[in-house]
Amino acid sequence: MNVETLFALCACALVGIGLYGLIAQPHPLRKLVAFNIMGSGVFVLFGALAKRGAAAGMAADPVPQALLITAIVVAFAATAVTVALLVRLIESTDSASLANEPPAAD
Amino acid sequence: MIIVVTLVVVAVLLWLALWTVVARDAFLAVAGFVVYGLLLSLLWVRLSGIDVALTEAAIGGGLTGALLLSAVGRLRGTEAAAWSERSGAGTRVVAVLLSVGVTAVLVLCVLALPEPAPSLAPKVVANLPATQVGNPITGVLLAFRALDTLLEAIVLVIALIGVWSLAPDGVWGGRPGPRYMADPDGVLAYLARVLPPIGIVVGIYLFWAGADHPGGKFQAATILAAMWLLVQMAGLADAPRIDNRWVRAGIVVGPLAFVAVGLLGAWTAGAFLGYPDGFAKPMIVAIEVALLPTLVLVLALLLNGAPARGAPR
Repeated sequence: MNVETLFALCACALVGIGLYGLIAQPHPLRKLVAFNIMGSGVFVLFGALAKRGAAAGMAADPVPQALLITAIVVAFAATAVTVALLVRLIESTDSASLANEPPAAD
Repeated sequence: MIIVVTLVVVAVLLWLALWTVVARDAFLAVAGFVVYGLLLSLLWVRLSGIDVALTEAAIGGGLTGALLLSAVGRLRGTEAAAWSERSGAGTRVVAVLLSVGVTAVLVLCVLALPEPAPSLAPKVVANLPATQVGNPITGVLLAFRALDTLLEAIVLVIALIGVWSLAPDGVWGGRPGPRYMADPDGVLAYLARVLPPIGIVVGIYLFWAGADHPGGKFQAATILAAMWLLVQMAGLADAPRIDNRWVRAGIVVGPLAFVAVGLLGAWTAGAFLGYPDGFAKPMIVAIEVALLPTLVLVLALLLNGAPARGAPR
């Protein structure tokens, strides 16, 4: 097995691991970390496709690689917005609950 | 030998991802994620993506890790309550089945990929000389797919507006985050005096070398932003007020200059973001120089978060 196939399969597993955490972890911050794992799995898969596109003397296809740089930066921006939303949620409700029912007022 | 190292890296990476997802303690999970980001950049090197590796180490591991670590600190008190809302065993079994199913479908897709793989590399090689840029990644980012990079810069500015708009009314226009205090004779303050000159030189080198070698404005901007954040965390400087005109001007100068160059291209080369023959390099350099302050400011201010103190003027 060549290295790009190995990494592509590793990426599939990363997507699965991230998806599990996104569903199973109750805390929103943990869901965010899991979502980032899932996203990085997608990036690695795309990077493996870029490596498969090695041609014309280049070690990998530079177009997907450039898009990956864009993707990593945008993922950071989205993570920052989510963290800010989460911090605000906790400041205003003292809870990080994502439950539909508001906590009983007692 | 190299294949053994590769297998070990993949195994550790998967183990870290699993650990990050299932660990009980949020701090441990985030710490695992930072290490995961660093290992991931090793993997990018193996995939011949040096530029991607630099970006991953700087932004994916570094900045995202710092952001999540500061969030963990603020969310300490809410962990136990959230744990009590943990979904039942049934939901978790379904989650496992769903995850395994998604992974299986992806694996089937990977194994069914076409041979030979489609590639745009020959076109990049054929057209790169026209851009007068030596690094193919920079050529793609700022010539062939410049529209993506323009939209990305705009997305960053919108993300920052989104973060700022979460400020409570009373502190709108104020300064983000807590005012950091550190021992002025301590090791953090020492590092914040020693490292920035080195970091600024390295950042500007990466920025300039990005035209012909791995590197570029994103990696450079991350290092410069990190130096600024280090100075802030050591208490040597405060985060800026978000109603500061210079800060706001610096944030929009990149996208505005980018659009201006694009319109100039529409006028001189017949297409938005087109470059007239022989003028590609100066126009690319103009965009990069204008984008650098935007990227440094936005990356650092995204990490600072929403305004939290300081009365309106």
